[in-house]
Amino acid sequence: MIDLALVPDGGLSWLDGSGPQAHVVLSTRVRLARNVDGVPFAERAEASDRSRILELVDGAWRGSPFGRGSVRFLLDELAPEDRLLLHERHLASRELTAAPAERGGGSGSAVYLAGSMGVMVNEEDHLRLQTLRSGFALAQAYAELEQLDTALGGAIPFAFHSEFGYLTACPTNVGTGLRASVLIHLPGLVLTKEIAKVLQGLTQVGLTFRGLYGEGSEVVGNFFQLSNQTTLGKAEEELLDHLGKIVRQVVAYEEQARQVLLRDAPTIIEDKVWRAYGLLRHARSLSFEEAMNLLSGVRLGVGLNLIPGVSVYTLNKLLIFTQPAHLAAYEAHIPGDSDARAARAAYVRRALDEEADRRA
Amino acid sequence: MTPCENCGEREAVIHLTQIVDNTITTLHLCERCAEEKGVETGSQVAKFPLGDFLASLGKTVPPGGGAAAAAACPGCGATLADFRQSGRLGCARCYVTFEGHLRDLLRRLHGNTQHEGERYGAHPGAPAGPVRRLEEFKAELQRAVDAENFELAAQLRDAIRGLE
Repeated sequence: MIDLALVPDGGLSWLDGSGPQAHVVLSTRVRLARNVDGVPFAERAEASDRSRILELVDGAWRGSPFGRGSVRFLLDELAPEDRLLLHERHLASRELTAAPAERGGGSGSAVYLAGSMGVMVNEEDHLRLQTLRSGFALAQAYAELEQLDTALGGAIPFAFHSEFGYLTACPTNVGTGLRASVLIHLPGLVLTKEIAKVLQGLTQVGLTFRGLYGEGSEVVGNFFQLSNQTTLGKAEEELLDHLGKIVRQVVAYEEQARQVLLRDAPTIIEDKVWRAYGLLRHARSLSFEEAMNLLSGVRLGVGLNLIPGVSVYTLNKLLIFTQPAHLAAYEAHIPGDSDARAARAAYVRRALDEEADRRA
Repeated sequence: MTPCENCGEREAVIHLTQIVDNTITTLHLCERCAEEKGVETGSQVAKFPLGDFLASLGKTVPPGGGAAAAAACPGCGATLADFRQSGRLGCARCYVTFEGHLRDLLRRLHGNTQHEGERYGAHPGAPAGPVRRLEEFKAELQRAVDAENFELAAQLRDAIRGLE
């Protein structure tokens, strides 16, 4: 098994819930897509092209201020369960971790990690620079990423077109190559049935929403990822500003919806969140989806100050560590669905018990 | 593994989230059942909203016959047909080779074709600086005039005057 303890903070510093609006906004992610000039994109790259890309990035990364104390994982060397672990921890994309391993390191796929910053190599684009922060922190996330972009761009010739901007394998990313997304918890809007209106509104203002794991993933536990749809024709700051404005509005709607719930149906809400807590505290078998939905209820209860003594950090940690690959890696159990469910329930009980003991 | 909700046999790979009357429902379907139900399959969804455009590419034969559609990028050998199939370009040079087609596509995708914001200038020869900017504006102005987009042309003319 790979040792994610080698990654500074385990790549989990964003879980601490210290960021702005962390009770509603879990995390902010920004990524920049970059390609190396003169080398074919992933689709047409030969193994030699891919290893050249990896070499270039390796040199640039090590020569940058981010190289110190960082970690590199070569995807070809990882077992399938370890790849899944990286994906579940939001450190590498599904596309990168799903790529078949090639003998002799032919895929050249890698991920470099330094705290909240990282670079995926030989994904859909040659480089995907990314950063993940706790809470709602678009400007800080981008400022950090810009430094990485400058450092790597100074050492590697990026593909750039005077009209179209940074060139990417898929035309949907061209221009700034920037995709910013905010992971947001919207149980109030779901319960008051306002969510459809909000989501439809988003698409009208050039934003898009996805599930917990980004592109192609489904919505579970009332978690939504809101991100910019277009990347060309607007400056980075403008794209971030626009997303930020809309997210602030959505957060305000969510808070309004929660107040409406408390005012109009206090008993129902209180009952709902405490039932969720009760189930998590005592269940002996939990599917991932059930755990996510119950955690959503508890998170709502914590946000409304109905459930005391459960920290946002514990709730965030449970989101990550109840996933299949994490359970398999950290909770000894024989692989198998019913067994995984039992291991999940045991993990959740233990975490909530510890939290309750701390309070007592 | 989630089984397909329709056939119950194959693994569900399409998770279709629908919003009807304010309720969100998610259908879990295998690729075949999804196709039978007329749902765009994963590969198509991933390319959305490129799908329609890609399908139309190459169908309208440009002046000079089909040669342009069949032309291969000198950088990587990719053709428009390759792009239509994969939704991905082969290399940076493709953006020059298929510039006309891509400009149309980018306008549809992003509502714009002119990059704003960070300009890459860390390397010698990389486009940067006001001289280059002026050239770009002039080229853009010509395109705007050709496309009879006079509002944009007027803005560009003002910008060029400012730079000059």
